[in-house]
Amino acid sequence: MSRSAEENIIYDGRIRMPYKWAAGKTSSFFLTQLRDHAKIWGTRCSLCQMIFVPPRKNCPRCVTADTTWVELPPRGILQTYTEIHFSEPLLQPLEPPYMYGVVKLEGADTGLTHFLGEVEPEKLRSGMRMEAVFKKKEDRCGLITDLLYFRPEGGSGS
Amino acid sequence: MTDVAIVGMAQTPYRRRRDDANFAELIYEVSCGALQDAGLEVGDIDNFITVSNDFWDGRTISSMAVQDACGSSFDGGRNVSTVEGDGTFGLLYGMMRILSGAYRTTLVVVHCKGSEGNMRLITNGMFDYIYTRPLGIEATGAAALQARRYMDKYKLTEEDFAHVSIKNRGNALRNPNAQLAASLSLDEVMASTPIASPLKLHDISPISDGAAAVVLAHRNVANKLGRKPVWVKGIAHCSEAHFLGDRDLAEAPALRDAAFRAYQMAGIEDPFAEIDLVELYDAYSYMEPLWFEEMGFCSKGEGAELTRLGATAFDGPLPVNPSGGVLSAHAVMVAGLARVIEAALQIRGEAGERQVEGPVELALAHGINGPCGQSHCVVILGE
Repeated sequence: MSRSAEENIIYDGRIRMPYKWAAGKTSSFFLTQLRDHAKIWGTRCSLCQMIFVPPRKNCPRCVTADTTWVELPPRGILQTYTEIHFSEPLLQPLEPPYMYGVVKLEGADTGLTHFLGEVEPEKLRSGMRMEAVFKKKEDRCGLITDLLYFRPEGGSGS
Repeated sequence: MTDVAIVGMAQTPYRRRRDDANFAELIYEVSCGALQDAGLEVGDIDNFITVSNDFWDGRTISSMAVQDACGSSFDGGRNVSTVEGDGTFGLLYGMMRILSGAYRTTLVVVHCKGSEGNMRLITNGMFDYIYTRPLGIEATGAAALQARRYMDKYKLTEEDFAHVSIKNRGNALRNPNAQLAASLSLDEVMASTPIASPLKLHDISPISDGAAAVVLAHRNVANKLGRKPVWVKGIAHCSEAHFLGDRDLAEAPALRDAAFRAYQMAGIEDPFAEIDLVELYDAYSYMEPLWFEEMGFCSKGEGAELTRLGATAFDGPLPVNPSGGVLSAHAVMVAGLARVIEAALQIRGEAGERQVEGPVELALAHGINGPCGQSHCVVILGE
């Protein structure tokens, strides 16, 4: 190993910072419904009638908290998708390659970003009908990952 | 038209890793360079704006860690204020402080050492902690979702985007500050390592270390300096929704709005005819045509075709990223101010080997921040 006359010292560091983030009432309802009943809920603005998933305390367009809960079907249309090939073990919850997509649930006006599964990446098409696959009840713990992934409606067929 | 001009500027070369300098030392390098370029001394500056990001630097209040280096603690302490976001946002803020009437001159500095942290973890940190962050998605995964949506909506191909990388990495051959410069073939880009489909290695900007600085001055000061001032003729900064699923990722209404407002301020009616040069934030190849379209230079979906026809080439009617763009060097946040500096150098006629043919009287520079270009700043510069 060669060493230059002017040695540059490099410090190794890692910041570990625990947090206790409050989800808030709106997201707490969403997450407990997901955990206890495998149901996905959105919020509808009473003024513009738009339905948002993830749910919001206030409509981001009308900036009113006059919103109501709407249960959404666990299926919708694939808006866009990607297959991840790079590896980053410090971050990734799955072993690459794996897929992300944005799915607009039936009736919703916004898309939900999540994993895609039970499908070959070459078979993915924007506009495909997708359905949610949930973790088994005993494994659900009130996280967004209680929803495992979206798969093509009717299963993979494989 | 505004009463504020850029009177001095400097940037470091952009490199994968600078072990010889910490980030404050990079700031010192560009602060001295920009002041010298302006023919001013640090005592002539009455306001400082430092731009940085705590996650990238790995410390809180990172913007205050460069005060000694930029001279804002000179003489017992000068007025200093900070921005987290793109360097163009710092330019806008510095300019507003001058327009408030309280200050005559402002030094805007921005730094990032992408090599020191972990880009994947840091950019995952920009997402909300309930719905998005637990998925492990980061800047490039999100950009891939945008690229796919843009391709599908406007019937574009991966080859369309490859032509942008070929052009910009080729332009970078003339720019000694660029980090990645190459004569790429279409086959090379298409065969490059898949990262996040449809994005491949050569569609993606590098991780870079670097810093940049500009000196801004009010008209009363700018006109008395020896240098030809480069005027900020128009500027606007707009932002859109946070959740990716709230947006149609093939559209960038915040950019449309920012461009419209900046053109109004600058009195521009036909941007393609009036603007001579564009430096925009192409963090990924697909972003160049997408942003170009939203800036109103052509219809939606036509940007890639214009690139293929050479309209945005170095010697084309409207050169886009003659410096090589962000695809050739991407010190995050610095890259927006680098676009401003590159455009201003072209207006001065001092861009060296990368100076385009013909006079550059009016140029557009652009910065972004957030996933998939959530916020945009458009700057119109002119003689």
